[in-house]
Amino acid sequence: MMEQAPVLVVVIPLMCALLSPLVGWIKKEYCYPWAMLTLAASTVCAVITLNTVIHNGVIHYYLGSWLPPWGIEYVVDHLNAMMLVLISGTALLVAVYSKKSVEQELPDKVVYFYTVFLLQVTGFLGIVITGDVFNLYVFLEIASLAGYALIAIGEEGAPLASFRYVVLGTVGACFYLLAIGYLYVVTGSLNMADLAKLLPALYGSKVILVAFAFFLVGIALKMALFPLHIWLPDAYTKAPSTASALLAPLMTKVAIYVMLRIMFTVFQPSFSIEILPVTKILLWVGIIAIFSGAIMALAQVDFKRMLCYIIVAEVGYMVGGVGVANAVAIKGTILHILNDVVMTVGLFTVAGIITYKMKHHNLTDFKAMFKKMPFTMAAFVIVALSIIGVPPLCGFFSKWYLIQGAAMAGNWVFVVALLFSSLVNIILFFRIFEVGYEFHSSADAHGHGHEEAVVIEEAPLSMLIPTMMIALFIILIGLYNQPILINIIQFAVPKL
Amino acid sequence: MLEFIVSKYNFWIYIILMMIGFYAMIAKRNLVKKIIGMNIFQTAIILFFISTAYKTGGATLPILLDPHGHGHGAAESAVAVSQYINPLPHVLMLTAIVVMVATLGVALAIVIMIYRKYGTLNEDEIIKAMK
Repeated sequence: MMEQAPVLVVVIPLMCALLSPLVGWIKKEYCYPWAMLTLAASTVCAVITLNTVIHNGVIHYYLGSWLPPWGIEYVVDHLNAMMLVLISGTALLVAVYSKKSVEQELPDKVVYFYTVFLLQVTGFLGIVITGDVFNLYVFLEIASLAGYALIAIGEEGAPLASFRYVVLGTVGACFYLLAIGYLYVVTGSLNMADLAKLLPALYGSKVILVAFAFFLVGIALKMALFPLHIWLPDAYTKAPSTASALLAPLMTKVAIYVMLRIMFTVFQPSFSIEILPVTKILLWVGIIAIFSGAIMALAQVDFKRMLCYIIVAEVGYMVGGVGVANAVAIKGTILHILNDVVMTVGLFTVAGIITYKMKHHNLTDFKAMFKKMPFTMAAFVIVALSIIGVPPLCGFFSKWYLIQGAAMAGNWVFVVALLFSSLVNIILFFRIFEVGYEFHSSADAHGHGHEEAVVIEEAPLSMLIPTMMIALFIILIGLYNQPILINIIQFAVPKL
Repeated sequence: MLEFIVSKYNFWIYIILMMIGFYAMIAKRNLVKKIIGMNIFQTAIILFFISTAYKTGGATLPILLDPHGHGHGAAESAVAVSQYINPLPHVLMLTAIVVMVATLGVALAIVIMIYRKYGTLNEDEIIKAMK
């Protein structure tokens, strides 16, 4: 059982997703506990896997006992063990959170929603666990297709946003597939470890350069790196609140994981840093992404749309961190993957609660929220302070390492970009806090109103508890960032 | 130059097909035409992969090697690697075709949703109707 844990992480949600319509056919209401149970089992397996990795080192799991490079191999090292726990844990929290929101927004699609939801999580988990580049493509498409479907059932305008995502996402996946094709032509292998062995002799080859270029553009489309981010704001704004709480934190981060994996495992760091000036390009693209994401976020009046542009800026943080290309900055990048998933899911769960209560998600809907929903808003304040980067919370530490790494490399523009983005985040969130403390009705302004009695109407517990737990995790990850760094992340940083 | 083009004509066709697909995805305003462009784009990649499986010197498919069906002969000739083309790209493309069919299905389902809501497939008109 224990040694089967790595494969069970993926197989459990996959099989349960296929059984989910049957469960829903028996009774519609069973789907929600079914999804929760599935993801809880998957999370347990992921935690066992992480524990094994921490104590015994890298796990190689050969599917069907076919040895690599012929068979498909699952390789779990510190980086993807962390990602596995992160993805399954986040998905579990979002699943717990989903009940009321799905009942309200998609009353007649509950069964299919949970089926696609589980498939989506399967896709994410498969992407991070696999050690085979083609297998990664298949899982990438499972995740993307489930994502298109989840987005399309959202509010007004969602189908068109989803359609644009389909077109752009397919181009991204096709570029990735082409890159695999070019790599296969020159090496004859699809296994990541095998490729890493075969490639260094071929670094001069033009085919390899083309493959690398296709690969980077394809994955940049999937991660919404700045000029290729246009699908993201519409898609995640209009998706159902639960779907955006699952997709927005994970899809972009998983794509960044794939970029790290290919740049530093399949290719050697020396190739990505020295032979091609890729990291220099990534650094500047990251800086532009941070500036444009922050500025665009300022211009939004829709809360979810504002969060989407914050994601664009956060992707810039991580890509820029890879672009700085020293050990400290990459440590910051990996820590930021962890932190950003937790923070973004926190923001989107709050957005979902606001949508649940107010039926909209504009900034003005936060009016008097501090009185109406004190607990939700307390969690929101913690998440927001963490995004800004206030010290005891987790967002500070990853930003600290990124800035430290950039300063060590002398990339002052990146330092300025990070600080600029923090300042913009202060404006963004304190603007919302200000709206939240507006207790007087608008009639008051005209001088003939009376103090409106605001009663506490907190979000339902199934939504509130996950949100509070995310806030708790933000504090805990912040306080215990050193054990995480020492036990997990320092092994995940490639040797430069 | 001409020989260079002719000798690798399938790769040139793959590039041309891909560009046709790309053009359709960017320039066409009709959503179904965009999907057709997307499909052409994906098909071009299939052509590329299948072309890479080809070997010079009369290699063929293992199933065609021994037309008289004597098990012994087929097994013997299948051992010689130069006798049959590389099967792996074909296998990969079987998977990729499945992925592409699924993408096509999802895209068409979304287009049906859009058509039911707005009664048109022209992107400009849909955007106008949304405002």
